[in-house]
Formats: sequence, structure tokens, C-alpha cells
Amino acid sequence: MVALPWGRGTERDATGDRSERARLTILALVVFVMLAAVASLGTGAAGVSLGDVLAKWITGEALSLRERVVLFDIRLPRLLTGMLVGASLAVSGAVMQGLFRNPLADPGIVGVGAGAGLGAVLAIVLGAFLPPAVLAFTGMHLVPLAAFFGGWATTLILYRVSTRAGRTSVATMLLAGIALGALSGALTGILVYIADDQQLRDLTFWGLGSLAGASWAKLAAAAPIMMLALLAAPMLARALNGLALGEGAAAHLGIAVQRMKNLAILTVAAATGAAVAVSGGIGFIGIVVPHLLRLVMGPDHRFLLPAAALLGAGLLLLADIISRLIIAPAELPIGIVTAVLGGPVFLWILLRRRGIVDM
Amino acid sequence: MLRLGLVLTCLATPLAAQERVVVVGGGLAEIVYALGQEHRLVGRDTTASFPPEVEALPDVGYMRALSPEGLLALDPDLILASEGSGPAETVQIMQAASVPFVQITEDPSLDAVLERVRTVAAQLDAEPEAAALIARLEAEFASLRAAAEAVTTPKRVMFVLSAQGGRINAAGRDTGASAMIELAGGVNAFADFAGYRLLSDEAITAAAPEVILMMDRGGDHAISDAEILAHPALGLTPAAETGAVIRMNGIYLLGFGPRTAEAGQDLHSALYAEPHKGG
Repeated sequence: MVALPWGRGTERDATGDRSERARLTILALVVFVMLAAVASLGTGAAGVSLGDVLAKWITGEALSLRERVVLFDIRLPRLLTGMLVGASLAVSGAVMQGLFRNPLADPGIVGVGAGAGLGAVLAIVLGAFLPPAVLAFTGMHLVPLAAFFGGWATTLILYRVSTRAGRTSVATMLLAGIALGALSGALTGILVYIADDQQLRDLTFWGLGSLAGASWAKLAAAAPIMMLALLAAPMLARALNGLALGEGAAAHLGIAVQRMKNLAILTVAAATGAAVAVSGGIGFIGIVVPHLLRLVMGPDHRFLLPAAALLGAGLLLLADIISRLIIAPAELPIGIVTAVLGGPVFLWILLRRRGIVDM
Repeated sequence: MLRLGLVLTCLATPLAAQERVVVVGGGLAEIVYALGQEHRLVGRDTTASFPPEVEALPDVGYMRALSPEGLLALDPDLILASEGSGPAETVQIMQAASVPFVQITEDPSLDAVLERVRTVAAQLDAEPEAAALIARLEAEFASLRAAAEAVTTPKRVMFVLSAQGGRINAAGRDTGASAMIELAGGVNAFADFAGYRLLSDEAITAAAPEVILMMDRGGDHAISDAEILAHPALGLTPAAETGAVIRMNGIYLLGFGPRTAEAGQDLHSALYAEPHKGG
């Protein structure tokens, strides 16, 4: 059990072991996600409630077409997308913070955010110039596809830049990420300049994120990638704990540091790339969720990673419920909701515990 | 009599016009009102704001970011939407829920105005009202065209969309603003690019517009005459020297709905003052 500055001052027993507390937290989070899922399935502008649906199911009455569409074509894919995206963003954040030993790290740092954004902008502005055969093949999934490949390409470049003689320098990656972010920002700027009004509105809405476009087709494409990444993440837990002592110490503990870095970067690029592709830019989940959890249950990644997946999923579902109810029948982009809720929470964490920035 | 009535009902049922209509697009909403069919509306999108009564209807959001559940919540039996409404996922879900999602051309031209009226009327089963409206519009269009053709020396008009931070965003060709300028008998001073662009000061000076056209709306988009005169490039244009600055309501000017001819006449009168003193 390694003690990190993150955990300084949190209640613990005499031995400093907080695993009991962590297990309880995870149990509570499972209940929380289940409740959020039921709420997400049962609420929405259309007023189709789970009670009515259950009553009909028990009495054997058929659901109306509208009820079926609302439940199975709108809310269910949206629920699953929300859970996977929330979990992917939160776990990616936790992994990045552990890997970089930097509390500010989030999935954006490996360039996925900027690269995916550039991909999406390219598709929105220049998509119409693609050969008709390509357009017919991608259909309306052109933007998510472009976002996914944009994220991947940037991560790959960053990884190449910061890897020398088989050793990846985390600091170089951080700095190169800033440079690459500025570069994709500039390219995005050029595209924004040549975009027409309608494309500009599309860009703005994409950047604010939304789960409203969730569909079974998108889910079928993105879910396997996110699930694989989420399943791979727990394999990193022990290595991330070791890495908290420094790369040298981790190597002496018998951790294959370079292999673990490769796996971590791959996991984050896959999870975030797919998440951003289906939902656009949703901020703050990746940074707030892990910090919130470290306050409660300490920094042990064996518990932190699953807990982050659960809390991320639950919080995104809640944010989505707010986004679809607050100005119904219209919908507020979910990125606005997560930022409005996440910003103050993050400030509160900082005020409560200035120590986390000293790490 | 009773039997005849029954037969009529049977015939009418499958043909019955839709009674719960959501309209997406400001110009289309105006047409629904001009046809006197507003009692059928149950929702509208953010871009629909004229006539003012339309704003009392539930707002389903921006036309390109419609929420599928929000639309279904209004229990519509017809959605009349401007071309480009979406996203595509929402349109697909409407199909799955067997709610007709009719997309209607958005072209900024007089012919397209008539086509829109015809399509909306056909969907709402309001052909008699449409015939009257189309007759009126055709007469108005004819007199607008005549007025525009009578112009011997067309004025060079610049449409300024915004001037934030002194940076001028103006309309090029293939824009609604450009089409309106031509309908009113003017020439767009910036026909060498398509869409809206931020202009350099030199480009403005080179184009030398004789008239500046703007939307009158509140907030930071409103530009005063003093600001135009003080602007390094706008202040040197012939338009600024003669004080030829025209402000018109945005949806009135660019909506390409039933009021388009009226707006065109107003703009024409403002451009060439004497021959037409309308609006």
C-alpha cells in the first residue's frame, strides 16, 4: 500500500489501510449507478414512465409504437452510451493522472481531445468534398469516425515523439502534447475560418457534447472499443501504484514500466477516442471524478479504477437527465451541464485540500 | 343525409390533415400562419420567432440539434422542417416512430418561397388558402421585379452581419442577404466570395459600397452610425460619406417567407428613396 500526498489527512485506521472503506464506496457506487440507470430510463420529455411500461408488461398489454421507440430507440441506447462514455472518461482521467503523476492530467493530455476535435472539424467542414463512394459508406457516421481517427493519429504521433530507444519520457509527452494541441488548434482555426454559418453552428454544438445522437449503430461501433479499454484498465492498477514512487522505484519493484506505459496510453487513446467520437466534447468528468474518489477512498488504483468507472457512469447519466429535462422539449448540450456542475466541485476540492496540487 | 355524411367521414379520415404539427424553420412557421393553419401547431424550433405568437409554442431547440425525445414529447403527427434540419439520427428515429418528417427547400429565392407555400399547403391540406396566398405573392413579386428592373444604375450594397471588435463580417454571394439586395435592385458589393466572411479593411475600401445594410437587433451586434463613421475602413466608404445606412429586422429581411416581397419593396424604397415610398 503506497501512501500518496493525495490521501494526506483523510481518515484512516492506525495502519493506514483504507481498503475496507474503498470496498464500501464501490458498493455504494454500484447502487448509485443502478439508481441512475433506472432514473435515466424512466425520465424524459416524452413522459413515458417505467411504471406504465411495467404495468403494461405485467398485464400483457402491448406497448404503443411511441412508447417502444422512446424506450428502445432513444433511451436505452442513450443510457448505455452514457454509462460507457462516463466510465471511459473517468477511468482515462485516473490512469493519466497516475501515469503522469500529475493531478492536472486528463485524457486531453495524450492529444486525444485536440486530435479528435480536429478530426471532427475536418469532417464537418470538408466532408462534402470526399468522394461520393466514401460518403455513402460512412453516411452520418463520418464525424464520429473522423474524430476517432483524429484522436488516434495524434496519440500515435505524440508517442513516437516522446519515445526514444524504447523508453517513453512522460515529461516529453506532456510538453509535446501542448505543442501538438496548439498545432491542431491552429488547423482547426483555419477550418473554422473557411466554414459557413451552418457548419459553424454544427461545430459549436459538437464541441459542447451531447448524447442525443446515441443510436444502436453508433453503440455497436464504439462500445466494443470502450469495453475492451475498461476491461484492460484494472491490469494497470498495481503498476500505477508502483509508479507513484517514481519510475526507478517501480522498476525495482519488478514492474515492467515501459510495457505498462504502452498499455496505459493505448487504453486511454482507445477509451477516450471512442467516447469523444460518440458524444463530442464532454469535459470535467475525467478530472473531477478521480479527485473526488481519492478524497474518499485514497489513491490505491486497485479500487480507484473501478470506482472511477462507476462514478463516471453514474454522474454522466445524471448530467444527461438534467440536459434533457431542463429546457424540454429542447435539450441543453451535456458538456455545458458537466462543466457547470464540475467546475464548482473542482474548486471546492481545491479549497478543501490545497495539498493535491503540491504532489 | 346521414348516410352521405358517413361516406364523407370515411373518405375524409385517411385524407384528414395533420392536427399536431411541429414546424422547424422560421420561414416555414410564417407560411403556416399566412395560411391560417396555426391552430395545428404544437411546437416550433428556436429560429421561428415571427409572428410573435409563435414564441408561445414549446421550443424544440435549434433546427440542426433537435432532440428525438423532445419532438416525440409533443406527440406530433407531422414535422415540417427546413432542409438541413436534423441531426440525421433524430430524423431516423422519427421514421421509426412513423412520424412524417418533411424536409422543405431552403433556397433564398422567390420561386422557392412559392414552392414552400405549396408544399406546406399540401401537407396541411390547405390548398384553397394557398391559392389565395400564392396569387397575392405572385402579384407582389411581379411588382418587386418590375421595380428592380426599372433601376438604371444599381447601387453597390454591403450587408454587414456583425462588427465585433471592429472586425467586419459581410455577406458574399450565395447568401440570403445577397439575394435580397438583388431582388431590391441593388448589387452586392462583395460578390467575389461565397457565404459570410470577415473582411480586411483594404477589401472594404476597395469594394467601395454606396449603401451599408444591417440587421437592427439588440446587444453587441447593433452598430451605431457613429461607430461606422469612426471605423477605419467603413468610415471611408461612399456609404459612410452620404450616411446611407439601412437597418432592417433580420427575419423580415432574410426569412424568405410570405413577407419577402414586402421586405424587398422596403429595401428598394430605402435604396432608391423616390419611386417607392412603402413600409
